[in-house]
Amino acid sequence: MDKNNQTAHLKREILVRTIKAFFSDNFEENTRLIPYDMRPKGSEVPYRCCIHKERDVIRHRIIANLGLSMENFDERELISNYAKQASERKELEKEVLTVLESACQACVPSRMFVTDLCQGCVARPCVESCKFGAISIQNGRSVIDGSKCKNCTKCMQVCPYHAIVKIVVPCEDACPVGAIEKDSSGHATIDFDKCITCGKCVASCPFGAIHEKSQIIDILNRMKEGKKVIAMIAPSIAGQLPGTIYQLHTALLKSGFSEVVEVAQGADITAVNEAEEFAERLEEGAKFMTTSCCAGYNNLIATHLPEIKPFVSTTKTPLYYTAELVKKQSPDAITVFVSPCVAKRRESQENPNVDYLLSYEEMGALFIAKQIDVAELEPTPFKTESSREARNFGLLGGVAKSVEVADQGKTEIKPHIINGLNKQSIRELKNYAKKGECECGNLIEVMCCEGGCIGGNGCINNIKTASKAIQEFTKNCKPLREAPQKSEDEE
Amino acid sequence: MSKIQVKICMGTTCFVMGAAHLQELVEILPEKYPDKVEVSGVTCLELCSDASKYTNAPYVKVNDDVIADATIEKVLKHIERLLENGQE
Repeated sequence: MDKNNQTAHLKREILVRTIKAFFSDNFEENTRLIPYDMRPKGSEVPYRCCIHKERDVIRHRIIANLGLSMENFDERELISNYAKQASERKELEKEVLTVLESACQACVPSRMFVTDLCQGCVARPCVESCKFGAISIQNGRSVIDGSKCKNCTKCMQVCPYHAIVKIVVPCEDACPVGAIEKDSSGHATIDFDKCITCGKCVASCPFGAIHEKSQIIDILNRMKEGKKVIAMIAPSIAGQLPGTIYQLHTALLKSGFSEVVEVAQGADITAVNEAEEFAERLEEGAKFMTTSCCAGYNNLIATHLPEIKPFVSTTKTPLYYTAELVKKQSPDAITVFVSPCVAKRRESQENPNVDYLLSYEEMGALFIAKQIDVAELEPTPFKTESSREARNFGLLGGVAKSVEVADQGKTEIKPHIINGLNKQSIRELKNYAKKGECECGNLIEVMCCEGGCIGGNGCINNIKTASKAIQEFTKNCKPLREAPQKSEDEE
Repeated sequence: MSKIQVKICMGTTCFVMGAAHLQELVEILPEKYPDKVEVSGVTCLELCSDASKYTNAPYVKVNDDVIADATIEKVLKHIERLLENGQE
């Protein structure tokens, strides 16, 4: 499903309204009024059964925008009180996702289903192919016995009329680790012990029922308090909005940040360290190593795939090195990672050098609220300009490529790319860990999102144009090996 | 014969509210209507300058007509209508 659909439009509008309320003379009251401003008396009811339900779902989206959990929501409480609570908060809630029960459709459970297209044919390949004896012919038509069916989809594949379909629950289907279950009323719930915060459920739900808990109110409050708030922008940002990254730099300064640094700066360090580590490991006899900068992958390793840990690079992420540099230079500053990714929310929360995270989507909403048009602004250069390879980190294959360049041909590198974590690619990784080798390559770049970071769930632009824009920008950047190398000796 | 001019607003507001998706039109239109339509992404058309108008972004201009809440489908329909009326 394309990310720029009606649910995205709706989410972004509510986000802009929440931010505008923050800048208004009465944040709490104006936040409470958002559902009524969006769906005034007598207005059209575009999506739900009635105007009250429309407003209710909007109200719940506001709760998520305020960084609060729907799981703890008390509907008797006024939204203005929740706005106050968010405004006074000093610490973030632990879990980064929340399910809006009111928006959740409680989709029918996932199962195999014989449609009216079934012709009751003579060949009956469905009956033949079912290993579980779940299909029988009744009144000249195939019937599936739900108690025996294991959803293997064999019958669906063999039916010559395509008469058998799999009914899916999109969020469940998208979750690579089985962390979504239905509660007794059929609504989705997230098992946070299993969840790797990849955000695939957020993107997959056609009702927009799963939300990230935004930290935008916290960020805006720190700015309001007069703190020095520094934006650390992920490399993939270069392809997100019309205009150059230097104009975007100006836009971020205009929207309230005191300083902007590129996380590509840290990516330069990651590339060099990872190349060194890779060469060492291979010398010591290792057959392969995987990259370690993807937060979704790191969460997967921690909760579901510990056996691959010995093969994972111990080099830190670009965000880690960047935040370390920034906090060293400005210990009192508030650091905000501007990110394409849901999973980085957990990494940010676990890293004491990163205070908050702002997704590209939220950054876009902030620009709208402040009426900032990026492409019209003057450019501002960065104090430290990063290398081409580091700025390509957000592209699929960009990390492996940077390691190759940093290695300067000393080691025989055969890159293999895992383009998106799903049930199948996780099985593949398990298999590599078990065998201690990977037949497809020796340097495995693992990207949780299809397309790499530019495919992240916080992104605004589509992968194709974002990728083109980044390549256009980086082709004239200085190569990694001429870039100044810093803090290689830190670890 | 003057071509139908399609201008997709690439201002930040429109882009965030959905014009990112409309970029596909730049490929679709010349294929579908060779020699009849000219399409381009343009800088902010300033249709959202009124503070509340961002809710109807993205905007696309087809000749002099403004399409609010623009989708690929809406733009295609509008072009069809113009072509049917012989405004080539």
